[in-house]
Amino acid sequence: MTAALIIDILLWGSVAAVGSIALRRGRSVLTASLREGSMDFINIVPRIALGVIGSGYIAAVIPQEIITGWLGPDSGWLGVTTAVIAGAATPGGPVIGFSLGAVALKSGGGAPQVIAYVIAWALFAFQRLLLFEIPFMPARFVWFRAAVSLPIPFLAAALAMAIGRP
Amino acid sequence: MSRREAEPRPGRIRKPIGWSMIVIGVLVAISAFLVYRRDGIDGVTAILTNDLALFGGILPRVLAGCLLGAFIAEILPHEKVSQSLGPQSGLKGLLIGTAFGAILPGGPFTAYPVASALLSVGADFGATIALVVSWTLIGYGRAVAWELPIMGTDFTLWRLVISLPLPVLAGALGRFVYIRMYPKGAPPRVPP
Repeated sequence: MTAALIIDILLWGSVAAVGSIALRRGRSVLTASLREGSMDFINIVPRIALGVIGSGYIAAVIPQEIITGWLGPDSGWLGVTTAVIAGAATPGGPVIGFSLGAVALKSGGGAPQVIAYVIAWALFAFQRLLLFEIPFMPARFVWFRAAVSLPIPFLAAALAMAIGRP
Repeated sequence: MSRREAEPRPGRIRKPIGWSMIVIGVLVAISAFLVYRRDGIDGVTAILTNDLALFGGILPRVLAGCLLGAFIAEILPHEKVSQSLGPQSGLKGLLIGTAFGAILPGGPFTAYPVASALLSVGADFGATIALVVSWTLIGYGRAVAWELPIMGTDFTLWRLVISLPLPVLAGALGRFVYIRMYPKGAPPRVPP
C-alpha cells in the first residue's frame, strides 16, 4: 500500500462517515448536501484544470537559478526575505515548491532559507490564493489569513536558525 | 420543509470565471508560448501529459473535499461550533482548529471547502486560520504524498517539528488583529 492510497482511503472514509450521519438526519439532508458539494466541485474543476496544467508551463519558464541562487547559507535575513518573496511568486500546485526547494538545498542553499521558501510557498503561492482559496472561501477571510500569516515564514526561519539542523 | 434555498450560505457566491482566472490564464498562455519557442512542440506536450496525469490524480480528492465540506456544513450544530471554535473559544479553540487541520485528510484543496463550511456555521477567523495554516504546514497529506519523496525524510521531519507551534500563533495573531479591526463584531455583509 502506498501512502497516497492510505490517504485516499482515509479521505473517502471520512466522507462516508459524515455522509452516513447526514443520512441518519434524513434523506433530504443527504441529497441537499450531495447537490451542494457536487455544485462546488463542478464550479472548481475549470480552475483546477487551469491551475494544475498551467503551473507546469509557468514553472518551466521561471529561471530556477533566480529562485535558488539567492538562498545561500550566508545570505542571512536578506536571503530569508528573498525566499519568502520567491515562495509567494512560485506557482501553486502540489509539487513545484518542493521541487525548487530540493534544487536549492542540493545546490547549497541554507536550511533556514529553504524552510522559509517552502513555508512561504505553502502559505501564499499567489496562484493558489487567486485560483483556489478565493472561490472556496470568503475573500475577506483569504486576505486576512494571508496578512496574518506573513510573519510565519520568518518565525520558522528564526526557529530553524535557533535549533540548527539535526 | 426540508429545503432551505431561501437562506444561502454566506460567502458561497459561485463565479466560474473571474478576473483571477483571466490573470492566470494569460500568464499560462505566455508561459506555454515561451516553452514552445524554446523547446518546440515536444516540450509543450511533455508538460501537458505530465500535468494532465497530475490533474487526473487530484480530481477525486477535490470531489471528496467538496462533499466533506457540504456534509460538515449540514450536520454540525451551529451552537456547538461557535462554542468550541468561535470568538470566545480561547486557546482551546485554536488548538482544536490546529488538531483538526492536522488530521484533515486529503491532498491539495480539500481543506478550503471544509474551512468555508466551518466559517459559515460559527467558527471565528482565528480558529479557521489555525485550521488552514495547520493543514498547510503540518497536515500529513501534502507532507507524505509530495514533500517526503521530493525533499527527503530529514528535511521534512525537521520542517514539521519547526512548524508545530506556527498555526496556533497565526490563529492568535488573527484573533488579536480581528478584534481590533472589528471591535463590534463582523461588519455587515454588503447586499449584492
